[in-house]
Amino acid sequence: MPPALCGICKTQRALIKRPKNHQKLCKGCFIQIFEDEVHHTITSSQLFFRGEKVAIGASGGKDSTVLASVLKTLNERHDYGVDLVLLSIDEGIKGYRDDSLETVKRNAVQYDMPLKIVGYDQLYGWTMDQVVETIGKKGNCTYCGVFRRQALDRGAKMLGIKHVVTGHNADDVAETILMNLLRGDLPRLSRSTSIVTGSSSSEVKRSKPLKYAYEKEIVLYAHHKKLDYFSTECIYSPEAFRGSARSLIKNLERVRPSAILDVVRSGEDMARLVPGAIPDTCACNGKASFLRPTDEDNGIGGCGSTNGRTGGGEMAAMEKQLKANEAAEAAGLETEVAIIRPDYSHSRGLKSSKEEPPKSAGGVVSIATKQKLGTCEKCGYMSSQRLCQACMLLDSLNKNRPEIMI
Amino acid sequence: MTEVMATTTETTVTDNTSKNDDTPTLSVIVEFTGGLEMLFSDQRRHVLSIPTTDKSGKPVTVAYLIEYLCENTMRDTRKELFILDDHLRPGILVLINDADWELEGEETYEIQNGDNILFVSTLHGG
Repeated sequence: MPPALCGICKTQRALIKRPKNHQKLCKGCFIQIFEDEVHHTITSSQLFFRGEKVAIGASGGKDSTVLASVLKTLNERHDYGVDLVLLSIDEGIKGYRDDSLETVKRNAVQYDMPLKIVGYDQLYGWTMDQVVETIGKKGNCTYCGVFRRQALDRGAKMLGIKHVVTGHNADDVAETILMNLLRGDLPRLSRSTSIVTGSSSSEVKRSKPLKYAYEKEIVLYAHHKKLDYFSTECIYSPEAFRGSARSLIKNLERVRPSAILDVVRSGEDMARLVPGAIPDTCACNGKASFLRPTDEDNGIGGCGSTNGRTGGGEMAAMEKQLKANEAAEAAGLETEVAIIRPDYSHSRGLKSSKEEPPKSAGGVVSIATKQKLGTCEKCGYMSSQRLCQACMLLDSLNKNRPEIMI
Repeated sequence: MTEVMATTTETTVTDNTSKNDDTPTLSVIVEFTGGLEMLFSDQRRHVLSIPTTDKSGKPVTVAYLIEYLCENTMRDTRKELFILDDHLRPGILVLINDADWELEGEETYEIQNGDNILFVSTLHGG
């Protein structure tokens, strides 16, 4: 059987089969289209502005390494005028983070970006090793997760940066959507689909430029570009529930590769029905991506699984756009009926309610939010409660601190 | 960007466990990355000699290789991190001479002498 040829250039041997549309591509065309699609996500969601300082949350793993490499390439190729910095969190887990931080240090040299490392010990007075020593392995991921979320924000503030990008990919987003669906947590489901979260005038904004990129393609991109990344599992047990959601996603992908982006799109559609939700800022919404051609490229199916680069013409696109607008309006009307949201015990919940309405997204109605955001009495971090989640966890930790340490 | 997986030992393990010296063998280079090397003595690259045919005399395939690796090469007891329900665990990518195995017939691909077969886990932290 002769080797398959690339579906784009028709000359090179195909090495990649794209999960979202089964397109067969050679190495060069794959790298090009992967970068073009991330560029499309960035421009259609207006993620950056010229002169903006952006911190890349860098773990040394595949996702953040690919993110750093792609952003550097795109910033130069398309002249975003963005100032990129690597920001790493040292959780204080011996034998895990030490090695991956070495990778980040090499990345800083390879990509010629400044690197800032912030430790849990300096932020909270606790390393994760000490946390586990105190509370055991069970439930330590909660601590680590809460601490890490704040740590990136605090690290960014220390650098005077208001925008942190993370390497979350389509598989991660699909996994989170499924988890929230299985928990019946629709408000959080809605937030987890947003490409931008947590922004307000004073706080740090988060975004996920790789939101529509398959994990498989991220790994292949890293492989074919010979990127230097580190892979290991955290030595403390992984979150069991997330693990099951992950296996489910991977099993679905095996049977139907487009399932991952389909879950992401379904999540976005469901998010629009959640009262008080902010519609995603990506105007194309994974469906009518050819409606907003970028300055350089036409018709890249950056956000959707349904269209490769074919597209049914502008009329179909327009129809889809109109439908999307109607859906957003319907969601907007529904909020006026004021459905009571059950419980706001999570500070993260309120964070999203302070999000700015989308700047662009023609026709998408911005939805007024009702929650007020306070600050933590102890640390001043934004919180709905008297104390933020991190300080509550720290309180209980400090009570249990082994005597020797007091 | 010169070094890939610098954290893994780059030495090569040569394995000559062919059970019977009369059996004709194929030489294959098998590599593990993305965290899978942990299951194979923390070695990224293994040079193996495997039989040219399976028990029923058919040319060996990737499916055969996966089983062979589990039986002969894996030092870790956690086989389920590599094989689930008699198939490669979902989330592990296979590249045959740098091409996605989905383009080559996946498990049915017949192994040729000198092939390079790379297993990459996508399941580990990013």
